[in-house]
Amino acid sequence: MDNVESLLAQAREALTAAHDLVALDAVRVRYLGKKGELTALLKQLGSMSDEQRRTDGQAINRAKLSLTQALDNRREQLEREALEAELRSGSIDVTLGGRGQSPCGLHPVTLTLQRIQKIFCGAGFSVHQGPEVEDDFHNFTALNIPADHPARAMHDTFYLPDGRLLRTHTSPVQIRALLRLGAPIRLIAPGRVYRCDSDTTHTPMFHQVEGLVVDTNVSFANLKAMLAEFVERFFERPATVRFRPSYFPFTEPSAEVDVLSESGRWLEVLGCGMVHPQVLQNAGIDPEKYTGYAFGMGVERLAMLRYGIDDIRLLFENDLRFLRQFH
Amino acid sequence: MKFSERWLRELVDPPGDTGALVHQLTMQGLEVESVEQAGPSLDKVVVGRVTGMSPHPNADRLRVCQVDVGGSTLQIVCGAANVRVGGTYPVALPGATLPGALVIRSAALRGVDSGGMLCSRAELGLLGDMGSAGGGEGLLELDDSAFPGMPAVAALGLDDQVLDLKITPNRADCFSLLGIARDLAATTGLHFAEPTPFPVATQAATSIVVSIEDSVACPVFVVRTIRGIRPDARSPVWLQERLRRSGIRSIHPVVDVTSLVMLELGQPLHAYDLDKVDGGLTVRRALDKEPLKLLTGADVSLDAGVLVIADRAGPAGIAGIMGGARTAVSATTTSVLLESAFFSPAVMAGRARRLGLQTDAATRFERGVDPTGQARALERAAELLLAITGGVASACQSSGTGVLPPLPVNLRRARLARVLGDAVPDTAVEKILRGLGMAVVASVEGWQVQPPAFRFDIGVEVDLIEEIARVHGYDRIATHPGMQATRLGAAPAAHVTTDLLRAALVQRGYQEAMTYSFIEREQDRLFAGGQDGVPLVNPLSAELAVMRQGLWPGLVQALKHNLARQQRRVRLFEAGIRFLPGPDGLMEEEVLAGLAAGAVMPEQWDSAARPVDFFDAKSDMEAVLALLGEPQQFEWVADLHPALHPGRSARLRRRGQHLGWLGAMHPVLAKRCGLDEAPIMFELAIAGLSMASLAPYAGVSRFPAIRRDLAVLVSRETPVASLVAAVRAAAGPALRDVTVFDIFAGDHIDAAQKSVALGLILQETSRTLTDADGDSIVGAVVRRLGLDFGAKIRE
Repeated sequence: MDNVESLLAQAREALTAAHDLVALDAVRVRYLGKKGELTALLKQLGSMSDEQRRTDGQAINRAKLSLTQALDNRREQLEREALEAELRSGSIDVTLGGRGQSPCGLHPVTLTLQRIQKIFCGAGFSVHQGPEVEDDFHNFTALNIPADHPARAMHDTFYLPDGRLLRTHTSPVQIRALLRLGAPIRLIAPGRVYRCDSDTTHTPMFHQVEGLVVDTNVSFANLKAMLAEFVERFFERPATVRFRPSYFPFTEPSAEVDVLSESGRWLEVLGCGMVHPQVLQNAGIDPEKYTGYAFGMGVERLAMLRYGIDDIRLLFENDLRFLRQFH
Repeated sequence: MKFSERWLRELVDPPGDTGALVHQLTMQGLEVESVEQAGPSLDKVVVGRVTGMSPHPNADRLRVCQVDVGGSTLQIVCGAANVRVGGTYPVALPGATLPGALVIRSAALRGVDSGGMLCSRAELGLLGDMGSAGGGEGLLELDDSAFPGMPAVAALGLDDQVLDLKITPNRADCFSLLGIARDLAATTGLHFAEPTPFPVATQAATSIVVSIEDSVACPVFVVRTIRGIRPDARSPVWLQERLRRSGIRSIHPVVDVTSLVMLELGQPLHAYDLDKVDGGLTVRRALDKEPLKLLTGADVSLDAGVLVIADRAGPAGIAGIMGGARTAVSATTTSVLLESAFFSPAVMAGRARRLGLQTDAATRFERGVDPTGQARALERAAELLLAITGGVASACQSSGTGVLPPLPVNLRRARLARVLGDAVPDTAVEKILRGLGMAVVASVEGWQVQPPAFRFDIGVEVDLIEEIARVHGYDRIATHPGMQATRLGAAPAAHVTTDLLRAALVQRGYQEAMTYSFIEREQDRLFAGGQDGVPLVNPLSAELAVMRQGLWPGLVQALKHNLARQQRRVRLFEAGIRFLPGPDGLMEEEVLAGLAAGAVMPEQWDSAARPVDFFDAKSDMEAVLALLGEPQQFEWVADLHPALHPGRSARLRRRGQHLGWLGAMHPVLAKRCGLDEAPIMFELAIAGLSMASLAPYAGVSRFPAIRRDLAVLVSRETPVASLVAAVRAAAGPALRDVTVFDIFAGDHIDAAQKSVALGLILQETSRTLTDADGDSIVGAVVRRLGLDFGAKIRE
């Protein structure tokens, strides 16, 4: 069966020469198709003697099997090469930037406000708002700051023609919330406040967060614990904190909270104190039954300390080169 | 309150250095705002005595002095008018460097050798807060206690610090060295040397007739005279230095002594030139428009009711605030009348501020001076004056009804522990209160406490609790978390927080800004169609004068700031309040406003740059509104806004309610604002954005959807939103969605018309829609569009 061997050798040569799937299929048809050369040899077996048919038949079938395998291998190889070529031609520069809008960021004061709210809301505080245009009662009188009280001089109030004023602190929200909701209460009140003061460390508009806790058994010791923990949460480091006696007409005892900076200086971060019994009374709460503490913090100051901003005026210039550094 | 540390330490001297003292004062509530050296180091500056003096041979105004500087005598040429033989002055030796980097060398001055310099205050850098007016010229004449060769630093006591305390409004008693020392002694438990004046010998009673017309305003008025003072007397250096370190200028020995007594004891005094006082003194209310020339030379016209001290000729001063020029002490004064009074804090409150005369005296009177300390202050003044100026004092003469002592206050032991959350031992409580000058008597529940007359801040129990906490030490009070019941937070499913709205805009490429709530009036008017906002009564400047009626002016200012700094693409937003004038006064409305200018996208490798337009910003708005669900509840209507381009502005409504505006800035306004290109601007009311429609869940159909497209020809003016609304109404419940996938006008179409291509997505929940269903729905839609808009199908 020399012709089987030579046919097989011929076919192998042809399939190696086939460089794409179409050419490869032509090779298959030529040898293994219905009218293929190897198929033709198989068809001749019927006219042979039993002996010859057996030996030739085995040889032809071996050759057929071998060729089929070779064709499959070659096809797989060509398919792989074709895919590789296709992938190669479809490759892109993945280092180029994405298409479309690029998100911007929030103002650092907003970022700071959101963090403060998150910290206190985790402890069950709810967030309250109040008007920015206030009356004398809520901003001063109810907070134990009667007309001509020297503390008013510290507030540098902006007035409107109708006698109302721009709130000088977020403390009036305490009064509004207590009058509306009564005790017990646990709230923070973030918002804009105004004082007619402008220099390198003051802007006439800034933000405060006021906090108030009133319940049947709230003490100065609780206040110390809550605010010391707040300072650590806010600055995200173990902090040395001191409570320094101070004066606010609406709290007594009152304190300023200072935190020791990494450079060893005491930085004032917030004011606080036990709610003055007169303030509770002004808001319709019995000060014999309830005690409370309150605190207030300047958001710009906290933002500046947290991010290392050295000039408060940058916060309101809205320079994109500044703002884009926060996200 | 500024003062010399050494002065305080004469009264009470806690161990430790200045830093320890500063910490102690701060932790007891007397915050130290600053600490400064009392003066420069003055190396090679010594005391010198002029032993001989001759005229300069070549200069009329110069003199040649022989100066004993201890062990040697220097020849120094001096031009000061007040140099005299026998005087002692600071001498800068050759090699000394004076403040201002002035280096002293031996040199010939107009041909005469001069080996150093006799110095003035200014040359030594000892003018302090007093500026250069007066006192700076002429040599600094030292006291007799200074001897030649002594370092000037020692002679002037400059080895000292100046502390500046921030006295809180409740601590009237700490506006004096006496008060600060008393508080320091109480907190440290140290001995405190209360200043006790040595009474001077008096030669006569005071015969000044004093009449008090308002004894509520002035319950104590004490006077005395000192006659025969030497007009040429001058304040000794120690007195000048104490005043300088407290920021007070040395003016005249009499005035200086009154200032010193005020600093030491807290009692303001006033000195009149006795010879200029016409008759007796009356404490009375001013008549309306009564004129007075003040010490400063300013003429004021008094309001009726202002408390004055007057003589027969009229007001001689505003009580407790400032004296008048007519009766003021001067260089020729030989007899003085000293006044030491108590004016009621309630009457004084706010008065000085309204007059613009917040003097040291006024600050003390309005917070309250010790109503029992008037005579003591006059004793101290006389003691000092007689030593400095000589003269003869009359006895103190007191008028007035006096002041009742404060009422006792009860302190309950249990309340103290409850407020502090910690117990303070009884012995400590009593020691603290007594140290502060209070009388303490035990009671059933705690103590009955009698506050001293000089405390005006002890009226209720918590005032005592505060004092105990403060003196005991806040750092010694326990720290423990509270045990309040907690309640779970509310989380309304439909609530859209302002933070969510902010986040949506940030994702759309807007940067959050913060602008002032008050702006310039004209800017505000421009964006509000000429309507005036509510002005501040007392604005800081014209740029910050009116409460903003909208956020656009502030954002436009921020845009301009950035355009001027090479930022070509600016997208800003702000969430804040606008202030609308209304019939019921000012109304606050929280809005979300923004603007976009420059290219629609950041500069990129694959997108052609194109300016942002209305529809870009509208898609940003739609992204915000998507937080609220149900797009069909919103309606954009072409409408006019004075700040917006009339053909490119839209009013947004939510279920018929006005929600805000979106549009291109009016080109005329853009020009007035100095902008080359009009930004796209939006402003939405946050109240209208805060509640979403809760998702109206309706299941998911198992049946396939079919799509039918149709193009209709309608008049160019027809708003597409109306077409879509009509399609929705006509198509019925099977309509899932309508898209507008093409708008075309131009070739092959009537110039007055446009073609609108609509895609209808149809689906039923209970069955598969057939072609016939689709035909019937499209037929209904076409009929409706034909009837309502004259629409024709475009083949």
